[in-house]
Amino acid sequence: MRKQSPIVGIIFWTVVSTLTLFPIYWLFVISVKPAVQLFSTPDVILSDPFWGNYAKVWGDRLLRSYMLNSVIISTGNAILCTILGFFACYALSRFKMSGKESIFFWTITNRMAPPAVFLLPLFLLMTQVYTIGEWRLLDTQIGMILVYCTFNLPFAIWTLRPTVDGIPKELDEAAFVDGASSWKVITEIVFPLCRPGLAVTLILTWVFAWNEYLLAATLTNFNARTLTTGLSEYVTTTGTEWGIMATISVFTLIPALIVFGLVQKHIVAGLTFGAVKG
Amino acid sequence: MQSNRLGWILLAPTLTILFFFGVLPFIYVVYVSFHSWNPFAANPEMIFNGADNFRRIVFDEEFLNSVGVTVMFVFFAVLSELILGYILAQAFMKDFPGKSFFRTIHTLPLIMAPIIVGSVWKLMTTPSIGIIPHYLDEWFGISMNIGTSAFAAFTTIVIMDIWHWTPLVTLTLIAALVSLPPDPFEQAQIDGANKRQIFWHITLPMIAPAVVATVFIRLMDALRTVDEVWMLTGGGPGSSTRFVGVHIFKEVFPKTNYGYGSTISVIVLYLTIVACWLLYVTMLAPRNSKEG
Repeated sequence: MRKQSPIVGIIFWTVVSTLTLFPIYWLFVISVKPAVQLFSTPDVILSDPFWGNYAKVWGDRLLRSYMLNSVIISTGNAILCTILGFFACYALSRFKMSGKESIFFWTITNRMAPPAVFLLPLFLLMTQVYTIGEWRLLDTQIGMILVYCTFNLPFAIWTLRPTVDGIPKELDEAAFVDGASSWKVITEIVFPLCRPGLAVTLILTWVFAWNEYLLAATLTNFNARTLTTGLSEYVTTTGTEWGIMATISVFTLIPALIVFGLVQKHIVAGLTFGAVKG
Repeated sequence: MQSNRLGWILLAPTLTILFFFGVLPFIYVVYVSFHSWNPFAANPEMIFNGADNFRRIVFDEEFLNSVGVTVMFVFFAVLSELILGYILAQAFMKDFPGKSFFRTIHTLPLIMAPIIVGSVWKLMTTPSIGIIPHYLDEWFGISMNIGTSAFAAFTTIVIMDIWHWTPLVTLTLIAALVSLPPDPFEQAQIDGANKRQIFWHITLPMIAPAVVATVFIRLMDALRTVDEVWMLTGGGPGSSTRFVGVHIFKEVFPKTNYGYGSTISVIVLYLTIVACWLLYVTMLAPRNSKEG
């Protein structure tokens, strides 16, 4: 291979990184501009930031309740998927059940299906079938936690499988010889050993649930609305509150950016169903 | 040895949830697709009408148009992402200071919610506040309006998709390139092969499985794409960016035409399966049989 000056690489990547970062930077610029300045000449350099939009979004009770819903739904869903995914992986890894590999593959097909296809049947089932008396599953936090399992639970199973498979079976067997119960082996021996894999799964499922829009937009109307659906409410035919829209976007983006550093190496494996190791 | 019963008990919650929120909706949507049903119409009853809905969809120009738009989008977006991703992956194969820093920045868009990506690009391209139309006009005298020009809207969505997903292609191709053995390349250089010959005859065939896997994943994603398009253009202007997912979202809910909406859903699901299967059979299977 021909030797190349490192300067060329640095210049090339500086250009690429600028192109990557600029849209995110522009989002921030819009969020700290007062409405009257939006339509003047666009300034690339930020001067005299205006924090009014942030105060407005944070002070809005409705948006705060959306934020709380987002936190509850994504946290509940991530914990549920990680724990159930772990149990499922333990079962798939340690038992000789017939058809278990077919089950393993079948789970991922739930994630591959376009969510738009399931909007209508889920909407109908949740308004008419999944009901107890007057209570309906539609527009509830628990409903959204369960619906998000359709894409996050298969993901959890597929990311956790290699981790659980990697824990030697001899450890379980040794514990059984010592008289430990199955429950004790699962929760006190295998679970702690899988901690790194479980953490990655928890974080990525959390981000996927936090980022979800389409299902939340269709299956909630007031009580369980999430931050991402709040975003689209500021785009109306009569006019868009650009500053508020940008600010909500920043609020939605921040948690994802925080956890990004923690799981950066695992993102590719996550997004390709484990087909590619990052 | 533990009994299999415990295994099934551990799997039960997963299977139950996926049954009620994955399988049952699927069965239900197939059932409804054979009916005419609009609960808010003059006759709110669900009436069995055989294959009428399926006959209607074949001649439904709006639906066929949405399939066409999706295919065009997949073609332009995925092709550009592959070319760009390959160039960037090759650039990452060389050592230079700050490599992991640049790699982190390059991966950043992947974690962003599609709806946020849509909102970011809306802020950049909407006339009067967007920076792109402003400078296109000032520097080149080109007027760009994603609200009225079908070309501008479609191009913006393709560029947005390239911005969002090229990093995924880059990282998958890096993983493929890193795992290549050095021998064939050294041998080819000794034999005097030029760069282009090495690319077409050695690199490309060897990274082909990774390329196919990437295309496969991006294809499924493209059929699912709704959020960012909904945010950016709402499917318009006209029907220029109305992808199949957007079409379902836009047609079914305001019109509450549940029977016909279910039929569209079934067809889209079927198209997804066929697309993935075709890709697998034409590109992966021949290679496997050659090896076997």
